[in-house]
Amino acid sequence: MSAILEVQDLKKYFKTPKGALHAVDGISFQLEEGKTLGVVGESGCGKSTLGRTILHLLDSTGGKIFFEGQDVTKLDKPALKKYREKMQIIFQDPFASLNPRMTTAETIMEPLMLRGGMSRDAMLQETAGLMETVGLANRFANAYPHEMDGGRRQRIGIARALALSPKFIVCDEPVSALDVSIQAQVLNLMLDLQEERNLTYIFVTHDLSVVKYISDEIMVMYLGQMVEKTSSEDLFANPLHPYTKALLSAIPVPEVPCKKQRILLKGEITSPIDPKPGCRFAARCPYAGEECHRPQTPEEIQPGHFVSCCQARKINAM
Amino acid sequence: MKDEKQLLNIKNLVVEYRTDGGVIHAVNGFDLSLKKGEALGLVGETGAGKTTVAKAILRILPDPPAKVCSGSIEFEGEDLLRLSEANMHRIRGNKISMIFQDPMTALNPVETIGEQIAEPVRIHNRVSRSEARKRTIEMLEMVGIPGERYSEYPHQFSGGMKQRVIIAMALACNPELLLADEPTTALDVTIQAQVLEMMANLKKDLDTSLILITHDLGIVAEMCEKVAVVYAGEIVESGTADDIFNHTAHPYTEGLFDSLPRINSTARRLRPIKGLMPDPSNLPEGCKFCPRCPYAEEICQKKNPDFTETTPGHFVKCHKRKGDA
Repeated sequence: MSAILEVQDLKKYFKTPKGALHAVDGISFQLEEGKTLGVVGESGCGKSTLGRTILHLLDSTGGKIFFEGQDVTKLDKPALKKYREKMQIIFQDPFASLNPRMTTAETIMEPLMLRGGMSRDAMLQETAGLMETVGLANRFANAYPHEMDGGRRQRIGIARALALSPKFIVCDEPVSALDVSIQAQVLNLMLDLQEERNLTYIFVTHDLSVVKYISDEIMVMYLGQMVEKTSSEDLFANPLHPYTKALLSAIPVPEVPCKKQRILLKGEITSPIDPKPGCRFAARCPYAGEECHRPQTPEEIQPGHFVSCCQARKINAM
Repeated sequence: MKDEKQLLNIKNLVVEYRTDGGVIHAVNGFDLSLKKGEALGLVGETGAGKTTVAKAILRILPDPPAKVCSGSIEFEGEDLLRLSEANMHRIRGNKISMIFQDPMTALNPVETIGEQIAEPVRIHNRVSRSEARKRTIEMLEMVGIPGERYSEYPHQFSGGMKQRVIIAMALACNPELLLADEPTTALDVTIQAQVLEMMANLKKDLDTSLILITHDLGIVAEMCEKVAVVYAGEIVESGTADDIFNHTAHPYTEGLFDSLPRINSTARRLRPIKGLMPDPSNLPEGCKFCPRCPYAEEICQKKNPDFTETTPGHFVKCHKRKGDA
């Protein structure tokens, strides 16, 4: 299988009065069609910026993004519009991402209208079909967002993202604002859609249990950089980076008696503004040493398992 | 069992919100008891009425529209609902205090964090400013913030640090009972781990009783010995953590567990609860969970089940499970 998406050394810096904020700093990966890459990390690690930069909603500072072999960073505006039909995004907050003055049907139909070339009847029919696909009853077609609960609003967001039959969707924390029972309904819907339509997802979230459930591969980010990437099972069974280990140990597990050995990290995330070269996790890392002050590059320690830690072998006795 | 005395005893609490759009039945006959030193997890989804109960205990519900219609809340043998406002003042922030969910909005942005922590100390303990300051610095250090940051403002702190400030404020007067409303929901997991660890240690050291309101069953498993599951303003199941996690009896609790993606499971599909929470202004007549329940029978639609003790200390509100016990 060939990769539908390839990202090479992607960088996104924001200018701030204090210096350059390195939100995404040299991320590279490939993603095969029909698969899901989970991107996890804590607030401020650059995971949402990564998703948005890949879609070119934010201009990249450096690096290349190949979608079906085409470098999207080089596209002009009309070409980019065409390309956007194939790439969509589902946003985090179903309360903020919908226009409060548009009904369900209008919101879902808007992408079809913008693309043009369809009669109004055809568009209405398509909209009804999309609503059925995401499990929204027809009676909500003329309802406004404030009349609906979070789960249903998120279904509108999904229907809108599907309207142009995209191949690839960036899902930016799509279930974080939902209650568990509703979250499970939406996650199941997203998996069903992926199977039916052979969709490729990048699933950005801070929730490690959710990411394990939905992803084929997982990338862990820390301060704009990838610290570890491997298959979903492997990451949970065999985390190699000290940050991943701490992150996994921090998840509260719903089991009694609770038998958990927790690695407590000291301190908090450091500033992403003009970071020093070297491992960005070193300040909080229990294993940090002299060699950690050199720049770290991802290394394939086991087949398909990438780790950016010069001490990974030593820590894991490999 | 030792003769531990009941610290808190809520009986048949009913709270309504009277709005122009109709009456919202937020809490419908709530019974809860807590012994000294115990930690109870109050679990349920958005709109189940968890926060309303906590606010009713402190009597900080906005009235109107909120109205406590009936019931009693006994705290150390006194019914809080009958106390005068002046007496209630002496309890709030002193014997009972609350940690609110969102550390970003719970602090006053134009007052230093030190002054904010010192305020309840000065009000309740009638101590001098310098003594209050000393106590505040002690509290700050206890929650892991250097005392030198006394004169800084909330915007100079990160989310995790702000939540520590709020915890310090809540514990400043050594309360008997701490109500924690989703104390770590706004925090990242590694910071959440730090805050939970700290709360568990403080609770042990100060022997504070705790009601922890959360939707996260993982946090409950870690922090609480007793659990009450809330649905549509009622407790549907309560018992020890072992009862709830390992001998789950109510179909709603079962549904909650099945909805959770687990890090140690390999299932490819979750089994969510069908449908949505009922509209609290228009609750179903019989069992509130009946429309979503996979085991529902005729009786469930007609009669609201009693809260029945199945094994000692394990209560369930369900027609089906009564026979099984």
